[in-house]
Amino acid sequence: MITVHHYLVLSAILFSLGTFGVLTRKNAIVIFMCIELMLNAVNLSFISLSHYLGNMDGQIFVLFIMAVAAAEAAVGLALMIAFFRNRESISVDDFNLLKW
Amino acid sequence: METFYFYLLALVAVVSGYLVVTCKSPINNAVALMMTFVCLANFYVMLQAPFMAAIQIMVYAGAILMLIIFVIMLLNMDSLKGQKTSHSVSWAAGLGVLIFIQVYFVLNRSEPTGLTGGITNQVVATVGHTQLIAQSLFTDFLLPFEIASILLLVAIVGAVVLAKKNV
Amino acid sequence: MYDKLWLIPFFPLVGSIINGLFGKRYIKSEKVIGGIGTLAVVCSFIVSLSCFFQLSAGTEKVYEAVYGSWMTVGQLQINWELLLDPLSALMLLVVTGVGSLIHLYSIGYMHGEVGFYRFFSYLNLFVFAMLMLVLGGNALVMFIGWEGVGLCSYLLIGYYFEKKSAGDAAKKAFVVNRIGDFGFLLGLLTLYWTLGSKGVWTINFVEISHNAHLLGPGSVVVTVITLLFFLGATGKSAQIPLYTWLPDAMEGPTPVSALIHAATMVTAGVYMIGRMNGLFAMAPDTMMVIAIVGAATAIFAASIGFAQNDIKRVLAYSTVSQLGYMFLAMGVGAFTAGIFHLMTHAFFKACLFLGSGSVIHAMHHGLHHAHLNDDPQDMRNMGGLSKKMKVTYWTFLIATIAISGVPLFSGFFSKDEILWWAAGSTRGGWMLWVVAAGAAGMTAFYMFRCVSMTFWGPQKTNAKAKDHIHESPWVITLPLVVLAFLAVVGGYVGVPAALGHFVHIPNYLEGFLEPVFGHAQETYQIAIKANMAHSLLAEFGLMGMSVLIAGIGIALACYFYLKTDVPARFVAAFPKLHRAVFNKWYIDELYDFLFVNPCKRFGLFLWKGFDVNVVDGVVNGVGRVMQLFSAGLRYIQTGFVQNYAMGMVIGVVVIVGFYVLR
Repeated sequence: MITVHHYLVLSAILFSLGTFGVLTRKNAIVIFMCIELMLNAVNLSFISLSHYLGNMDGQIFVLFIMAVAAAEAAVGLALMIAFFRNRESISVDDFNLLKW
Repeated sequence: METFYFYLLALVAVVSGYLVVTCKSPINNAVALMMTFVCLANFYVMLQAPFMAAIQIMVYAGAILMLIIFVIMLLNMDSLKGQKTSHSVSWAAGLGVLIFIQVYFVLNRSEPTGLTGGITNQVVATVGHTQLIAQSLFTDFLLPFEIASILLLVAIVGAVVLAKKNV
Repeated sequence: MYDKLWLIPFFPLVGSIINGLFGKRYIKSEKVIGGIGTLAVVCSFIVSLSCFFQLSAGTEKVYEAVYGSWMTVGQLQINWELLLDPLSALMLLVVTGVGSLIHLYSIGYMHGEVGFYRFFSYLNLFVFAMLMLVLGGNALVMFIGWEGVGLCSYLLIGYYFEKKSAGDAAKKAFVVNRIGDFGFLLGLLTLYWTLGSKGVWTINFVEISHNAHLLGPGSVVVTVITLLFFLGATGKSAQIPLYTWLPDAMEGPTPVSALIHAATMVTAGVYMIGRMNGLFAMAPDTMMVIAIVGAATAIFAASIGFAQNDIKRVLAYSTVSQLGYMFLAMGVGAFTAGIFHLMTHAFFKACLFLGSGSVIHAMHHGLHHAHLNDDPQDMRNMGGLSKKMKVTYWTFLIATIAISGVPLFSGFFSKDEILWWAAGSTRGGWMLWVVAAGAAGMTAFYMFRCVSMTFWGPQKTNAKAKDHIHESPWVITLPLVVLAFLAVVGGYVGVPAALGHFVHIPNYLEGFLEPVFGHAQETYQIAIKANMAHSLLAEFGLMGMSVLIAGIGIALACYFYLKTDVPARFVAAFPKLHRAVFNKWYIDELYDFLFVNPCKRFGLFLWKGFDVNVVDGVVNGVGRVMQLFSAGLRYIQTGFVQNYAMGMVIGVVVIVGFYVLR
């Protein structure tokens, strides 16, 4: 029998993987994809809990997360294009103007 | 059977998630991410949320991931080959594991309460998942829904402005 | 008229504000500025005069006017209150009367000076402060005036602030006065506490006098309190050990010297002791100290007066000496005699100072025309001026005779009364009389020395300058004449009983001040000694001796400085003595050595040692530590986005961990 526990542990694993990717990868697009992975891990936990509790609100929340993710994708990728046009690079190590 | 299916899907999801994080080439990352999305859509179906599974495929796999792949192809990713890996791998791995342990700990400590809302499997089967979502979305969550549409509009305008040549 | 009491200090304050605010830009005209300043004081004088007459005619001798509450501290209620009694009424007349004359004089003397408006503003402010001091019904209101006159003294001594010596003198006066004020304040606070512990929370003068006996006659605490008050008086009234500022104060314009440093402000200490006579009478030890300090100051300052060549400095030391007399009188319990001498001294010393100002004015004028840089105040450049400046000469001579104690002039009556009390009082003694009489003889000597060097003998002024010396305008000479007249007749209000017995002139002053001083003078055994009580012989004998001493002084001075070269030979015979006297017994140098330089060194140590190393060290150290920390911490700001993301994740882990482990 598959309980909500299983889904939540799977969600935690995916979330941790995403975190690891965000912290280690240098390519901005890959980092972006890792963030999507983390969002999806959260979506999974929302839907599983919604199902478990018999409440629709969690799924509505996922809808909004998807809307935000879509907006984020549009703006984030536009930013990357703009940055690449200036620097010939999308490595986050080159995003280093914000320092002493 | 269902349990076996769940574990198989979970394995695929975790492995493809791992590939998202580790693959050298961005295209491979994107394909692995696609795999994860599909697995999650399967989970949504298993969780009696077919509408969510549908838009998971359409929005994530169809829209966002396509956009990402377009960008990867647009920017010449060959120029980014041979980049050094981060020196903070061990730190990041430690933190990731720590987060997982914490979540696991919290999960084990919590007591399941069982069904509290009115949306049982029977209700979903008789009324239909899409209708349930629509009822909730266009009544209780109408205002956030409108705000989300404005957010998307703003994002479109922002993306256009940012991607213009002279920025 | 009593309800108009507040008008007396009000007029000069308004005059000061008008001249100070509008004098430079809007009024400009010297005549108008001087007119406003003089008119303000004259108005005060008129009000004072009417108050005086009402007081002397009426039966009510003490009038307190309360104009509202100032502050309430615990059980102590401090009011804005003015006190009119015979003592303050008399002082009011002296201050406003002499003050108006000096204001009038200043119009002529200060003609053409740059800060004319400023001068009159300060002068009016000074009169205001002095009137607050005199009228103050409690010690704190008096303290306003007390500090106010110190401030105005500073401003006026430093009037020529572009001159370094003037600025230094002003600072010296202020600092020395501050030492005295410190004593005054300590005395006031001690009095307040000790009286309070007896259940009487007050600083009102009338109540202090009524309750002074609670402290216990002759007790230690009352001695300490009165000694502290006396320290305040020595600062303000230039007594040993705090007299050094007064001679230096001559850097100010001459009317200032006349008004502040002869007639009014320096008498504040005497007045204050008179005002608290009930308290001081409780402390015989303090009274003895006051008498000894007064006598010592009188003879000490007189000795310095011998060798000074600056005409104003001679008068300054003479002032210190005469103030010593007043303190002597206060110390032996002859309060009336002290106030009497204060009054007559105000007349003749103001006259002397204004006369010297007239001389300096003329000399300056003459030297200026001759394009010479000689010192216009140096008496060695003068001589024979009597032919040139008749009015100045005669008034100066009259005042000199008065100060010397020649019979029938005012100084004779007041000084002789002090001498008589010094010898005859139960608190007096023969030593005090001898010292005071010696000082009187010396006063006569150096004052006539001054006259002979200035007005008699051959003209020693440079020939070119000689012809340009002429008499001053009427605004200068009129006050001189009035003051000279007062210097002659002023003494007849207090003819001693022994003389009055024969000429049938009662001692008006004694009767007038009786409500204030009578109690203290009678109750606290400040009477005439039994063996001298009714001995007219003793009184006349002492009087005759003092007149004789004064006469000898006058004769010697005239003889030495007109006919012979004795002074020059004396200087040649005792060069060290002369140099010591000329340099004021090196007291300034002694003070420099004992107090000023150690203070400077201590200040230098605080600056170079403590401030630079410790204070700045701490301040800079805090800054340096911050810099070090931030220099280390700024490396956290790597600029790498992932490091920031790492920070966020660590934060999440820590916060979640907190909830997990809780």
